[in-house]
Amino acid sequence: MINPRFTQVIAVLLLALATLFTLAILVFIIGFILSKGLAHVDIDFILSNPEDMGRAGGIYPTIIGTLILSTLSILIAAPFGIGTAVFLTEYTRESRVTRIIRFGADCLAGIPSIIFGLFGFIFFVTTLGMSWSILSGSLTLAFMILPTIIRTSEEAIKSVPYAYRDVSFSLGATLWQTVRKVVLPNALPGILTGIMLSLGRSIGETAVVIFTAGSSLRTPQSLFDSIRTMSVHFYILAREGLSNEKAYATATVLIISILAINLISYWLMIRFISKRSG
Amino acid sequence: MADKIEIRNLNLFYDKFHALKSVNMVVRDKNIIALIGPSGCGKSTLLRSINRMNDLIDGVRINGEVLLDGRDIYNSGLDIYKLRKRVGMVFQRPNSFAKSIFENVAFGLRVARLANKKKISEIVETSLRTAGLWDDLKDKLGTSALELPLYHQQRLCIARLLAVEPEVILMDEPCSTLDPIATMKIEEMMIELKKKFNIIIVTHNMQQAARVSDQCGYMLLGDMVEFNKTSEIFTNPRDKRTQDYITGRFG
Repeated sequence: MINPRFTQVIAVLLLALATLFTLAILVFIIGFILSKGLAHVDIDFILSNPEDMGRAGGIYPTIIGTLILSTLSILIAAPFGIGTAVFLTEYTRESRVTRIIRFGADCLAGIPSIIFGLFGFIFFVTTLGMSWSILSGSLTLAFMILPTIIRTSEEAIKSVPYAYRDVSFSLGATLWQTVRKVVLPNALPGILTGIMLSLGRSIGETAVVIFTAGSSLRTPQSLFDSIRTMSVHFYILAREGLSNEKAYATATVLIISILAINLISYWLMIRFISKRSG
Repeated sequence: MADKIEIRNLNLFYDKFHALKSVNMVVRDKNIIALIGPSGCGKSTLLRSINRMNDLIDGVRINGEVLLDGRDIYNSGLDIYKLRKRVGMVFQRPNSFAKSIFENVAFGLRVARLANKKKISEIVETSLRTAGLWDDLKDKLGTSALELPLYHQQRLCIARLLAVEPEVILMDEPCSTLDPIATMKIEEMMIELKKKFNIIIVTHNMQQAARVSDQCGYMLLGDMVEFNKTSEIFTNPRDKRTQDYITGRFG
């Protein structure tokens, strides 16, 4: 028999090691990108247009492109996703149909993004004639992130204590009033987490964007213009060997903005929660 | 005095389980009724039949009549939302919303689409006063209700209910999470509320039933074994089973 105290020590060591290993890799990746790219990032890089296919100049249009594309995809996907989640949890009873819908959403979440890209290309770009555009891109991205938003919202809604609904009904509220005034406000932090996850995914996405929004380096004037996002720009710079410096600089801006988004949303959530309970 | 609630031959099934068996009960106006009995005897189910909260549960079937002021709440086309405003409920756990104290009390008014801000403030104040909370909380109406101690939260839940001006208040073991002093405060409040409201309370605490109620019903396995004046039930029970329960031989 092995001494339980001994196994306890081993377990703690192994778990700590696993954690340390994960952290180390994360720190290494971020550190690697920053060390290669940070030196080439300045205000000019962020605010000026690229020149010579991106070999020189800045990345202003790709920042705008990323911003518009990801925001729009969230704006499209969030209402549908949250709506579906509310419907599945509050308006239907658990049955074969809801299980099939949920299974479908899970499958959809597992589909590789390039399949979504291909679908978007065939459906929006060619069949509907929307060409490579912000609209085609954000609609396709919306499809891609929809399952995540549905599932995270659903979990958030389910975690709202049932007693809250009981009280609301017992005070004469309808189901819709209960959803709007009690369930959704309490589920909001969880729903926002899902949205932030999705935002990160659509910012980092390349396959879908190349297929459906193209890779134009011009600053877009309308929703029907093609754009290039930071991720796609980074991919093209690295893939075509145009400029390693600019590629790392782009990656640096990308990583910093994703970190910033996470920090800001975290901060907003803390503030939101403490405002309601403090 | 008029009959506020009359329950006639009420049967309730959860799928195949017969939870209420031909229950009869008459509640006269401005009274406190206590329902006692061992766990699972159907007293909470009976309580939740009076504001149709059982409707929310899958597989519930109900037959029989529950008359509120002479009208059957199940079959007369009575609006279920209006019914629940007339017959309010206090739950076992103090379940204040994660909102401010003010918004907790105002919830029922917002749901009823009352928009007059002055009127809402007035009603919130009156409700908190009746619940004995106004003096303690008037300066911190904007803080979260979740920060209040439990016994304040339970009174806040009662204030939240009073704001919609119910006629009947159903209480489902409202003191089970409270200490004896907080329980005493709630009981004092119930005696005060009795002047204006009808109260039906489910309780595990027989002393509580004896202290506060005018009439008392003993339930066992879905049957209303005995329903009588509280003084009668506790001093001179007619049924052997009631006697066993109140003397502590069972339950």
